[in-house]
Amino acid sequence: MTAPNLSQWLILGALLFSIGVVGIFLNRKNVIILLMAIEILLLAVNINFVAFSRYLGNLEGQIFVFFVLTVAAAEAAIGLAILVVYFRNRRSINVEDIDELRG
Amino acid sequence: MLLTTTLLFYVFSAVLLLSALLVITARNPVYSALYLVLAFFNAAALFLLLGAEFLGLILILVYVGAVMVLFLFVVMMLDINLTRLKEGFLRYLPLGLAVAIVGVLEMVSVFWVAPLGRVPAPGPIPADADNTRALGQLLYTHYLYPFEIAAVILLVAIIAAIALTLRRRPDTKSQAVGRQVAVAVKDRLRMVDLRGPRQ
Repeated sequence: MTAPNLSQWLILGALLFSIGVVGIFLNRKNVIILLMAIEILLLAVNINFVAFSRYLGNLEGQIFVFFVLTVAAAEAAIGLAILVVYFRNRRSINVEDIDELRG
Repeated sequence: MLLTTTLLFYVFSAVLLLSALLVITARNPVYSALYLVLAFFNAAALFLLLGAEFLGLILILVYVGAVMVLFLFVVMMLDINLTRLKEGFLRYLPLGLAVAIVGVLEMVSVFWVAPLGRVPAPGPIPADADNTRALGQLLYTHYLYPFEIAAVILLVAIIAAIALTLRRRPDTKSQAVGRQVAVAVKDRLRMVDLRGPRQ
């Protein structure tokens, strides 16, 4: 058994990313789980960044993960705030109820 | 040493993938949030295996400590009708699985063809390696401006979240400090002529 090579890390990232994509497909109704699926997608990308940073001996991948984490935290906060406002107005978080802008 | 690293890689990856699957299939959003916490813990352990200690700890502190608690707050605050939200779960399953399988096959085939597996495995991390110091030296020199932009993004997020959820209810009594300060004498004091009519 040898140390995991770079493709194994990337396959892990690909599997995690596809789980996130399936989550977006399956939970078409629940905005909270959609936001969690987006967090999973970003986590998969971060794993790829850190793996590349370690195997290529370049720290800049980790810097990029830092910024991805920042933006993901901001996105989660604003997304949940929008969700709370929406629930306050409509008593529902079903995606299919969000169609006021449809002509 | 190699054996334990590989073993830990497989254990953490398996738990990570399993908990991610449970996040998207759990019936109750509270369980989803808790499984996501487990997934982030395992990802942090994988980051530690890759020698990224700072990011692993940040992942636990920021994600598990802040973002997931925010998710839990919101999930528990909203009174959600769970049965309606699960409608159509099975209807989209074939399409979702098809997209996921095609995506994984495409990505894995690229990894197979590209010479990524032949990237030489890096040597063991030296015992005196200081990931946090190295990251900080890079972040505060070359990436200073992006770092400040990240700070501005967080500020915008704070203001947006507060501005969105702040609610002014008309029936509550509150102090309007601006109007208090801007008050003039004539608003508060009325001179009344008390001299009655002369007899």
